[in-house]
Amino acid sequence: MSETGRVAFPAPACNELTRPFWAAADEGRLVYMHCGECGHNWLPAREDCPNCLAPDPMWETASGDATLVSWVVYHMAYDPAFADRLPYVCAVVELAEGARFVSNIVGIDDLGSLRIEQPLRLRIEDEGTVRVPRFVPA
Amino acid sequence: MSRHALSGHCVIAGVGHTAFGKLEGTSTTSMIVQAVRAALADAGIEKALVDGLFVKPPTSAPQLMTGQNVAEALGIKPKLGNGWDQGGAANIAAMSYAVMAIEAGLIGVAVVCFADNPKSGSAHAYRGARGDDAVFGWLGVPPAYAMVAQRHMQQYGTTDDQLGAVAVAARRHGGANPNAQLQKPISLEDRRGSRFIAEPLRRDDCALVSDGGAAVVIMSAKRAQELKVRAPVPILGFGGGQSSWSVPLRPDLTTTMAKESGAMAFDMAGMTPADMDVAQLYDCFSIVPIITLEDYGFCKKGEGGRFVESGRIEIDGVLPMNTSGGLLSETGMPGLQLVIEAVRQVRGEANLQAKRHRTAIVSNQGGIMQSHATLILGQ
Repeated sequence: MSETGRVAFPAPACNELTRPFWAAADEGRLVYMHCGECGHNWLPAREDCPNCLAPDPMWETASGDATLVSWVVYHMAYDPAFADRLPYVCAVVELAEGARFVSNIVGIDDLGSLRIEQPLRLRIEDEGTVRVPRFVPA
Repeated sequence: MSRHALSGHCVIAGVGHTAFGKLEGTSTTSMIVQAVRAALADAGIEKALVDGLFVKPPTSAPQLMTGQNVAEALGIKPKLGNGWDQGGAANIAAMSYAVMAIEAGLIGVAVVCFADNPKSGSAHAYRGARGDDAVFGWLGVPPAYAMVAQRHMQQYGTTDDQLGAVAVAARRHGGANPNAQLQKPISLEDRRGSRFIAEPLRRDDCALVSDGGAAVVIMSAKRAQELKVRAPVPILGFGGGQSSWSVPLRPDLTTTMAKESGAMAFDMAGMTPADMDVAQLYDCFSIVPIITLEDYGFCKKGEGGRFVESGRIEIDGVLPMNTSGGLLSETGMPGLQLVIEAVRQVRGEANLQAKRHRTAIVSNQGGIMQSHATLILGQ
């Protein structure tokens, strides 16, 4: 709990490996990992390319276009920080560049309107202590 | 079809387990000791014969040197043995290696066992977030399975009531099982009123949180005959497959290595799904057996929802499934209880006995469908 009595929003793990991801989000960009050897793109961050196993991947900036692979609607808060956001949506999104990760879908009035493969667009939202790359229907 | 040399080489000679539910004040080691004691009594053998020990470590309280701790508590000195972690697939996977070690002549009698106490202890392992996931509120095990379920519903038109049919069958069977943790049958309509945990999964779609332990004794068919084991059940086939990657990274969310695992087991047994009389399929969440039925070839991909409808997987249906209640009704403990129920069905000693019970198939799976193991038993 913070001094105001509200539950603090979770902080990113933000280790050596993931720091560039959150630093980019802070600047309003979504970045993904790119292998200079084989061209594979991926998230979340790893030290080595999961395709060709080459070390030293690079960070690239995403276009912000993505599609919806699947989603889940949370009806109970596993973390009290999300209790006042219920119901909220976590989704597997696939970036136009190919990398996939779990993010949130926001800005939807009717949760029943979501469809797999529907186009999404990046929206970076400010949570005070951290800026979070989320998605809205395109 | 021809059978592999391993098929029928070994038998499950004895099975045992603790009570299920909340076992306050009992350590996981004590639960294992009691389960093993019951399994040895069922096989009618002394503990001194056990020279292989495979232990699935407790998920909610991981420990180092689990296999050695358990061997010490049992007062035995196994030649081969260890803690075997593969999540919920560990029990059948360990049984597979036990069979290979016995066939290779390295050991004579193996015990595979586990215990856990997330109900009286900590269920944190099933709720926590890892790393950056917490920022997105991507927490807990049920939502990860809900992600798979949603994709399946969208891809193949699987319905809410088809998920419900899995829960209804499990609860009917568990309702008739005096050992079941949850003995309360439900209708499809009851289940529709069950609250969403992580939509599309409702409370009734989610495994129970349970304390408990279980054990099986494995030896060669020849040894069982020499030792005059009362009711040995032959192991006809086994298989494994590791999808390994986490949900978002899996190219296809709704297909797992259950397909390869099932094919390996059927090939070994020289059988097909049509030869199976009963099924005990890991049902930590209602979507899982639907996908497993597809991946095993009981129906085409995408038709698992229709397969489980209209009582087809209930005790009097075409493929009686999870006949003691499964993880949804008997115990949430991962996997070995499904093996024990398959043994009882094949012996003809089940609480709710299927009419045809010559053969049984069992699935175990772990993580978020990251590991899989298959077992085929039969006379």
